[in-house]
Amino acid sequence: MSSVINFLGQLSTTLSFSITFGTVILFGALGEILTEKGGNLNLGVPGIMYIGAIASLAGALKFEGLVNNPNPILCILVCLLCAFVASALGGLLYAFLTISLRTNQNVTGLTLTIFGTGIGNYIGGSLGSVGTVCAENTSRAVKAYFNTLVIKLDELTGTFKIGSLIFHHGFMVYLAIVLAIVLWFFLNKTRTGLCLRAVGENAATADAAGINVTKYKYLSTCIGAGISGLGGCFYVMEYIDGLWETSATIEALGWLAVALVIFATWKPIRCVWGAYLFGLLSWFYFLIPGLFKGSDKIFQMLPYLFTLLVLIMVSLRRRKEDQPPASLGIPYFREER
Amino acid sequence: MEPVDNIKNNEAANSQTTGSEYAIELRNITKRFGPVVANNDISLSLRKGEILSLLGENGSGKTTLMNMLGGIYFPDEGQIFVDGQPVSITSPKDSFHYGIGMIHQHFKLVDVFTAAENIVLGLEGEKGKLDRTSIRKAVKEIADRYGFEIDPDQKIYDMSVSQKQTVEIVKVLYRGADVLILDEPTAVLTPQETDKLFAVMRNMKADGKAIIIITHKLHEVLDVSDRVAVLRKGQYIGCVDTASATQQSLTDMMVGRSVSLNIDRPKNPDLRDRLTVKGLTVRDKEGVKKLDNVSFTAMGGEILGIAGVAGSGQKELLEAIAGLQKLEEGSEIHYIDPDGKDSLLNGMDPLDIINNGVLLSFVPEDRFGMGLVGSMNITDNIKLRTYRDGKGPFTDRERPTKLAEKIVTELEVVTPDINRIPIRRLSGGNVQKVLVGREIASNPTVLMTAYAVRGLDINTSYTIYNLLSEQKMKGVAVIYVGEDLDVLLELCDRILVLCGGQVSGIVDAATTTKEEIGLLMTQFRREDK
Amino acid sequence: MKAPLIRISKRDGISGFKSLMIRVIAVVIALMICVLLTFAFTGRNPIEVLSQMIDGSFMTSKRRWEFLQRTMILTCIAVGLAPAFKMRFWNVGAEGQMLMGGLAAMILMKFCYQLPSLLLLVLMALLAIVFGAIWGMIPGFFKARWNANETLFTLMMNYIATKLVLYFCTIWEGTIGTVKIGTINADSKIPEAYHKGWIGEMFTGNFNDKDYMWVVVIVAAVVILMWAYLRYTKQGFEIAVVGDSENTAKYAGIRVKHVYVRTMAISGAVCGFAGFLAVSAVSRTLTESTADGRGFTAIIVAWLSHTNPFLMVVFSAIYCFMEQAGKQMASVFQLNDYFSKILTGIVLFFILGCEFFTNYYVRFRHSKKEVSKK
Repeated sequence: MSSVINFLGQLSTTLSFSITFGTVILFGALGEILTEKGGNLNLGVPGIMYIGAIASLAGALKFEGLVNNPNPILCILVCLLCAFVASALGGLLYAFLTISLRTNQNVTGLTLTIFGTGIGNYIGGSLGSVGTVCAENTSRAVKAYFNTLVIKLDELTGTFKIGSLIFHHGFMVYLAIVLAIVLWFFLNKTRTGLCLRAVGENAATADAAGINVTKYKYLSTCIGAGISGLGGCFYVMEYIDGLWETSATIEALGWLAVALVIFATWKPIRCVWGAYLFGLLSWFYFLIPGLFKGSDKIFQMLPYLFTLLVLIMVSLRRRKEDQPPASLGIPYFREER
Repeated sequence: MEPVDNIKNNEAANSQTTGSEYAIELRNITKRFGPVVANNDISLSLRKGEILSLLGENGSGKTTLMNMLGGIYFPDEGQIFVDGQPVSITSPKDSFHYGIGMIHQHFKLVDVFTAAENIVLGLEGEKGKLDRTSIRKAVKEIADRYGFEIDPDQKIYDMSVSQKQTVEIVKVLYRGADVLILDEPTAVLTPQETDKLFAVMRNMKADGKAIIIITHKLHEVLDVSDRVAVLRKGQYIGCVDTASATQQSLTDMMVGRSVSLNIDRPKNPDLRDRLTVKGLTVRDKEGVKKLDNVSFTAMGGEILGIAGVAGSGQKELLEAIAGLQKLEEGSEIHYIDPDGKDSLLNGMDPLDIINNGVLLSFVPEDRFGMGLVGSMNITDNIKLRTYRDGKGPFTDRERPTKLAEKIVTELEVVTPDINRIPIRRLSGGNVQKVLVGREIASNPTVLMTAYAVRGLDINTSYTIYNLLSEQKMKGVAVIYVGEDLDVLLELCDRILVLCGGQVSGIVDAATTTKEEIGLLMTQFRREDK
Repeated sequence: MKAPLIRISKRDGISGFKSLMIRVIAVVIALMICVLLTFAFTGRNPIEVLSQMIDGSFMTSKRRWEFLQRTMILTCIAVGLAPAFKMRFWNVGAEGQMLMGGLAAMILMKFCYQLPSLLLLVLMALLAIVFGAIWGMIPGFFKARWNANETLFTLMMNYIATKLVLYFCTIWEGTIGTVKIGTINADSKIPEAYHKGWIGEMFTGNFNDKDYMWVVVIVAAVVILMWAYLRYTKQGFEIAVVGDSENTAKYAGIRVKHVYVRTMAISGAVCGFAGFLAVSAVSRTLTESTADGRGFTAIIVAWLSHTNPFLMVVFSAIYCFMEQAGKQMASVFQLNDYFSKILTGIVLFFILGCEFFTNYYVRFRHSKKEVSKK
């Protein structure tokens, strides 16, 4: 009996981890969906998430230094705003190069990943050397503010033991879900969303229908990058407790976000449970410890393997609704007349 | 870019005067593309509430003229009037603004969207939200008014060509077009679908819409239109009331008098069967028959011309023989080599054809899309035919270089270098000389050419004609798909006329007339009605 | 009629000198920005910064060899991508193909040290090639058969390879808990295995910077072979035709699907071979970061070189120079290592962006008088 309770406890912990983990890539993927729906394949997501992560941390640090008694809500807003704006600027760089200077999307995206990784880890790594104490304190303070906004759904719904861990998260977890729903509504239920999808499907047709293709591409890329950047913000502030880790973890998460977009076949709602599934797969070994040596690595491989399977299934079934946007990665230039 | 205030001014003008008899007037329109005059001083008018047919052979400038109304091109000279007011149309948006809706041959629709989504695409609604219910209602209203059959929620990729066309027409009507331009709308339709379209057009006319329909098909012209305007080689020939026209009179206007071109037509007395096609049927991806039970024999020592309006199955016919099309059950293509050995080409891909020693050369219609590699130099393009020669993994560079030099000298190809310049940068005539030269150089038994002189100047054209005649005298079976009837009549020995994927006749070029071919080209067998 | 503010028109070809100059100017501007940025962060004078950048790759023999070795391995991966890119097939899976090659080499090195040195090395190289080829052929096959998006497919294959390597690093870890295999055959107490499978072992018998000579020589050979393959062979010709127009290829009797799979096998094979070099000649072990993002960097290099293997050496050198320069500055000016990535990113952005000016003219509007025309 106690083993069952023990297992249930572990299960709820695992699920809770999965949701937190999933939220990081959910932000990344939602932003990338918006970008890709406009026909741009931005492989710079990892770089953008780095930029978002460091911008939120550095922004919080600066804000703390300037204001004596910062309002928690304001502090969090500054954090989010910094992440969003900095990432959107990263997206703007990509947009300028690929849309205006007509560079190749894949190559530009990969360069952006190198660049963003550099910026994130350079500034992040330097924070320590500039003044370790200062950085630690600030980030912990902000982390505390983030904690004040934990929404305890379990307390509202009852006292079921497992529920307490699953439904007990920082506000950004819920923000991501809301964002997914908003994105779904935008893409499928609004005229602007329709125009954006037309640009990604068939830019020439969109152009002929009087849609400003360049404007749509710029905006979807920049806003998409901004949303992806929030994933970086969430990672630093909640996932790793407001510290900076000079490592390649965010890069791996960024690529997982790109995979998630394919796994979800470019659908925001499917993205939500896909993200949690990816999270679960990454933490599954936690549930069955000592399954076999290295089993965690095999489990971590599963999200990519599943994504590949989805990609193959999608190509096999040829269901039009599941295909990538038809002109994904293909630049559009109106011919000179 | 059209300044906004210009449009605004005109809007004001429109609301003041609506008294003009004509919906559209074109006055002295001229459009040139480089040295080619596509439209020369054309004046044409469209009355309100009438259906006007625009008739002409391929390349007579119909589509160019209409594209100036659709905002694709801007005229070099002349003036366009809409409802009596001079306007300048510089973009498709302007065109819409003046109430002109053009339905192109290639539909501009987003595949994964529904009909309704395509119809409202790019329009600003009152609310940002996509109100599907009201859009559906508006589409339904238009459909009911004119007799369209349309399901607003059907996805485009699930639609037949005719349904897609319906969406395009409803789209322009939804945007409030008063003038509709249909560019060869029936080319892709079955007879039944054509009848439906015509019924809808008559309803629109009754509703006061003015319609221009571009077509080659005379019986349709007579069937649906009030007046017929005829273009020939960029010139305006005239406009007649349909009531007073006959197929014969229209054909005469369209093809004009025979012009003597003085192309040599030597006779080769030694005729042998080289290629026998029986019951050839080919369907496209949508399952529409592109070739329907085509049978003929091409003989060594003669040039077999193939005539027909564009898209009658010429491309598919040549590609089917070359192994690039999937043949339907019952099709047979026999190749008889110089030793008299008969081999069946069915089911062979181009590599099988090469490996079986079939000497088949093919000058395709789309030079860079199929026959040549635009980014490669002349030598490498020559190599495309022969790169497999020789043992070992390496290609032989010497022989293609020599051949390239030979072709460049003998056919007078103008190029600064055979190895440094990508062939895409040569002029059309020089490109074609290289392509034809390469195909002839492989000593074919059967030589197929599609629109071999399209876009070429007179001198180059004659060079090509002479080359083909030379091949014929060598005993090669030459198949010449052409669009200029005068050339077909003088160059070829026999002419096969294709119409809607079927053979509507095979005639002796020496005894037939231009009028006869013109009629065969447009004579659809209206079966299973 | 109002003319647009900026008019862009396509150039009809550009002289080699002009296009070279545009690139040189772009690199110079980028370097100036890098120097200024470093100045902003450190306050050091620009000349000092520049000289440190150069020192990073050329000051000592060790650095020179490091620079050469890194340049050549990056070149090798880029050369592997050349046939795929020539075919307009977006192979972004070099990272995974390289890792699979490294995995193959590592397995033989670890378990088959009894074999004679030369045989072992040859087998390692061959198995690496086979593993890489398989990893390349899988996306090639799915593209040919069902038209699966190759960019996304090859991208996913990278992470599967990474996790696979991590798995083997776990089960064969040298010191428990490190998740690292550790240098293989480095223990002189086991003489029959000592330095087995290390390139150079056969010749010098020990680990030495000059062993990198073999990397240089071998990759130089690969560069020349690939250049010849693309330029002079029948298969190379077919790749070029398929890349330009699939229809022309079919017309000329080329079996396009076959070419897809074959070319991806070759592409993966060369990337796998690069993995063998990285394991056998450089790290003598395998970690998940053996490829270290170079599979992606190589994509940029291959793209910028327009699939010309010799140019790939040049661009790889520029990249590695920037990388080493960044590292040098990081250590001298007490910045962190990732500073080099920022600088590299800036240089690459400029080189990428300047392509536009080799393809298009840009003119600015200078008169507004036409507005009055009605």
